Amino acid sequence: MIDTSIALPTQAAKVSLFRKLLTNPTGAVSMLVLAIVALAAVLAPVLATHDPGLASLQSVLAKSSPDHVLGADSAGRDVFSRLLFAGQFSLAGALLALVVAVAIGVTGGLVAGYYGGWFDSASSWLTGLLMAMPGIVILLAARAVVGPSMWLSMMIFGVLLSPAYFRLVYACVTAVRNELYVDAARVSGLSDFRIIGRHILTVVRAPVIIQSAMVLGIAIAIQAGLEFLGLGDLNIPTWGSMLNDGFINLYKAPTLVLWPSLVLGVVCIALTLLANAMRDELERSRGPVKRRRKGAAVADSAEAAAKRGEPAVVHPETPAGARTASAGEVLLEVTDLGVGYDQPDGSTTHVVNHVGLTVRRGEVHGLVGESGSGKTQTAFSILRLLPQGGRVTGGSIVFDGTDLARLSEKEMTKVRGKRIAYIPQEPMSNLDAAFTIGSQLMEPMRVCLGISKAEARKRALALLAKVGIPHPERTFNAYPHEISGGMAQRVLIAGAVSCEPDLLIADEPTTALDVTVQAEVLDLLRELQDELKMGVILVTHNFGVVADLCDRVTVMQTGRVVETGPVRTIFKDARHPYTKQLLEAILEDAAPRGPLTSNARPSKDGSLTSLTGVKP
Amino acid sequence: MYRFVLRRLLSGVLLLFVITTVAYLLLYAGGGDIARRIVGPTASQAQVTLKASQLGLNRPLVVQYWDWLTHALTGDLGRSWFNGQLVSTGVTSRVSVTLSLVLGATIIAAVISVVIAVLAAVRRGWADRVVQFVGVLGFAIPGFLIALGLVSLFALNLKWFKATGYVPITTSFGGWAATVTLPIIALSIGCIASVVQQVRGSLIDALRQDYVRTLRARGLSFNRVVYRHVLRNAGGPALAVLAVQFIGLLGGAVIVEQIFALPGLGQIAVAATSQGDIPVVMGVVVATAAIVVIVNLIIDLAQGWLNPKVRLS
Repeated sequence: MIDTSIALPTQAAKVSLFRKLLTNPTGAVSMLVLAIVALAAVLAPVLATHDPGLASLQSVLAKSSPDHVLGADSAGRDVFSRLLFAGQFSLAGALLALVVAVAIGVTGGLVAGYYGGWFDSASSWLTGLLMAMPGIVILLAARAVVGPSMWLSMMIFGVLLSPAYFRLVYACVTAVRNELYVDAARVSGLSDFRIIGRHILTVVRAPVIIQSAMVLGIAIAIQAGLEFLGLGDLNIPTWGSMLNDGFINLYKAPTLVLWPSLVLGVVCIALTLLANAMRDELERSRGPVKRRRKGAAVADSAEAAAKRGEPAVVHPETPAGARTASAGEVLLEVTDLGVGYDQPDGSTTHVVNHVGLTVRRGEVHGLVGESGSGKTQTAFSILRLLPQGGRVTGGSIVFDGTDLARLSEKEMTKVRGKRIAYIPQEPMSNLDAAFTIGSQLMEPMRVCLGISKAEARKRALALLAKVGIPHPERTFNAYPHEISGGMAQRVLIAGAVSCEPDLLIADEPTTALDVTVQAEVLDLLRELQDELKMGVILVTHNFGVVADLCDRVTVMQTGRVVETGPVRTIFKDARHPYTKQLLEAILEDAAPRGPLTSNARPSKDGSLTSLTGVKP
Repeated sequence: MYRFVLRRLLSGVLLLFVITTVAYLLLYAGGGDIARRIVGPTASQAQVTLKASQLGLNRPLVVQYWDWLTHALTGDLGRSWFNGQLVSTGVTSRVSVTLSLVLGATIIAAVISVVIAVLAAVRRGWADRVVQFVGVLGFAIPGFLIALGLVSLFALNLKWFKATGYVPITTSFGGWAATVTLPIIALSIGCIASVVQQVRGSLIDALRQDYVRTLRARGLSFNRVVYRHVLRNAGGPALAVLAVQFIGLLGGAVIVEQIFALPGLGQIAVAATSQGDIPVVMGVVVATAAIVVIVNLIIDLAQGWLNPKVRLS
C-alpha cells in the first residue's frame, strides 16, 4: 500500500542536512511553506477571527467579506478560522501516525536486521501481511468497530505505515551489519546496544528522516480522505471534514472546497519536494568519489596529450616467414582515431588519442595494454557502440572502403553482426537472462540474413555443434543461468560468427574463464578464424594469448599506440619501454629459455607451449 | 512451471485465510456490546439478549468464527444486520464497478508509464527532467484532490462528462466509458507517477547491461533491443511496483467512488462502516483480500513468464 521502492541513500549526513537544505532552492521553499503552515496552526488561537465551531444561521455559505475573509461554511462557521484550527488537528494526527510508525518500524527493523533469526522471518511476514490490504479499507473496518476517533484511526494507520520504516531500516542494517567496522566494534567488546546506537543508528538516521517527510504527506492525505468520507469526528475541525462540507455544497458555494484542497495540496507537495531535496543533498554529499574518478581520467588524457608528440614504434612487415594471410588486402584501417566523453560541464574527456590500426583480411591482430589503456574503447568505437556520452572525436575508421565514423546509425546497424561481429569479455552478463539460448541465437540471424525461423533454428543448432557444445538441442532450449561460463562463451562465439562476418572483434574473450577452458576457447577461435578467413582484433592484456594466436600486435598505453608490428618482431625486439615491461611481466615466472628462432613461429596446432603455458 | 503456479496459488489461499481470520477476530471481538448498538440505547436488556442470540453473538467467538468460515466457503457471507440483505449479493453486485475502475486504472497506468519511462530513460536530458518533476507532483498530490479537481472542471464547468452515476458495461459501452473515464483518470495519475519512476530506473539499469551492447553488435537495431530485450528485463521490477500500486488503487477507489457516486465496494464499505454493520464490512474485507490475492497471483505468473529464474526459485 505504501510505496517503499524508492531507493534512499544509506549514508549518514556528515554536514548538517538542515544547513545544506537552506542553500537548496526547492528545500528552502518547501521548508518555508511547511514552517508557515505549522506556525499558522500553532498560532491559530491568536490569528483566528472566529471560534472555529461557532455556527451562525445568518452567515450560512456566506461569501468572502471583511467579517469572514474566506467566507463561511454550510453551518455558517468561519472558513479562515477553521482552516487554522484544522491545521492543528490534521498535523497532530499525522504526527501521531508518524510517531507510531517510526517507533514500531525502526525498532522492528533494527532488531530483525541486527539479530536476524525467527524475529526476522516473523516480522518480514507480518509486514507483508500489513501491506497486502489497502490502508483505507482497514481503517474503515476499524472505524466500524471503534467509532469515529481521529486519534485512534491515526494510531492504527501508524501501525499500517510501519512496514515502510521496517523495510528501510532492515535493508540499511543488513547492509552494514557485516561491515568491518561493525565487526571491529563487536570484537572490541562493545555491547550490542552501543553498536546499534553508535554505528547503526547513524547509518539509518538520514533515510528515516527522508522517509518521514513522505510518510507525513501520506498520513495527512489518508486522514483527509477518511474525514472527507464523513467518517471522522464531527466535533473537531480538520481539512478533510472541510473538504467534505465543501464537496456537499459544490454547486452552491464552489470556493468552499477550494481552500482546504489548496492547503492539503500545498502541504503534500512541500513534503514530497522536501524529501526529494534531502535525498538530492545527501547524494551530492557522496559525490566527491565520482568526481575524483573523473579527475583521474582527465589527468590521464592530459598525460596522453602531452605524449602525443612522441611517435609510436612501428616495426616493418617481415616478408620472410610471414603467413600469406597476413599479407592480404587491408580490411580495416583506423587512422588518427580519437574517442572522448562529453562531461556535464561541456568539456570533453579524451580517452583515446590519434590511434592508428591496420587489420588485413584473415589476420589476427592483438590489441594489448593494461586496463584503461583505451584498447576496449578503440574496439567499441570500431563497432560504434561506445557507452553513453562517448563519441568518436576525430579520425577515420575505414572498413572495406567505407568510413564507419561517418555512417548513420541505421547504416551502421547493417554493418554490425553481418560484417563486423563482437565477442565480449564476460560471458554470463552478455546473454539476456530472459530468453533461451536458442532464441538469442536465432533473432539476429533472422534480422541480418532474413531467413525463416526453421532455417535459423537449423543453423543455430549447427553452430552450437560447431563451437563444441556437446548437446546442442539441450543448450538451445536452455536459459543462460542453466549453462556454465565456458559454455556461455561458446554460445557467444557461435552468435558472433553466425552471420559469417569479415571482421571479428574479441574483447578479452578468455579473461573471465577458467584456465583450462581458456585454452579450449582460444583453440576454437583459431579454428573458426582459419575456416572463415576473418580478420580478428583480439583485445587482451595477456601476451601469452598474443603469442598463441596473433599475427600482428599493437600495444596501447594511456589512450595511444606505443608500438606496433608483427608479433614475432615484438617478442624478439620490443623497443618501447612499456612493451618491454609488459613482456617481462608475462615471462617473469616462466623457466628461462632461449630466444625464439626465426622458424619457431607459433604454429596453429599450439606447439609453442613454452608461451601458451604461461598464461596467468 | 506447474509447481511454481501451485506454490503461488497455495500462498495466495493462505494469505486470504490469514487476512480474513485476523479481520474476523478483530471485528467481532473488538466491538464491545454489538447487540446493544444494533437495538439502540433505549432498548431493554431482554431485547439486547434476544438480539444477541438471534445473531448468534452469545456463542464463543471461535464457534462464531467456525460457523462463519464454513458458510463463507460455500459462498454464504451472512446477512446485513440492518437491512437483512445477503452480504454476498451486495458485495458481488458491486465488485464489477470497483474492478472496472481499478483494473482500468492499472492497465492505463501501466501502458502510459511504460511509454513515458522509455522516453525518459532513452532520451534522458530535458525530457527526463520534465518527467521527473511532473512525477514528483503526481506522486505528491492526493488522488482524491485530483478527482475533486476533475469533477469541478470537466463535469461541473465544462459539462463534458456526467458528474455522478454508473452505467454497467453490459448495458452500454459508451455509457460505461463516460461514467468511468474521470474516476479512472483520477486514480491513474498517482499510480503513473510512481510506476514511471520505477520503470525509468530499471530501464536505465537494464540499458547499461552488457547484453544490450552484445545484441546490438549482432546487428539488432537499438529500438528492437529496447522493446524486445530491455523492456522485458525491466518488466520484473515494474510489475512488482504495479502490484503495490494496485493495492493503493483499491484504497483510492473507495474515496473516488464516493466523489463520483459510483455504486462500488467502497460505497457499501462506507455505508456499512458508519452504521457498524459488521457482516457487510467483513464481506468487503473478504472481497478486497480476494481481489488482492488474485491480482498478485496474476502478477506472479507474469513475473515467471518474464524472468525464467523466478520459476525455479
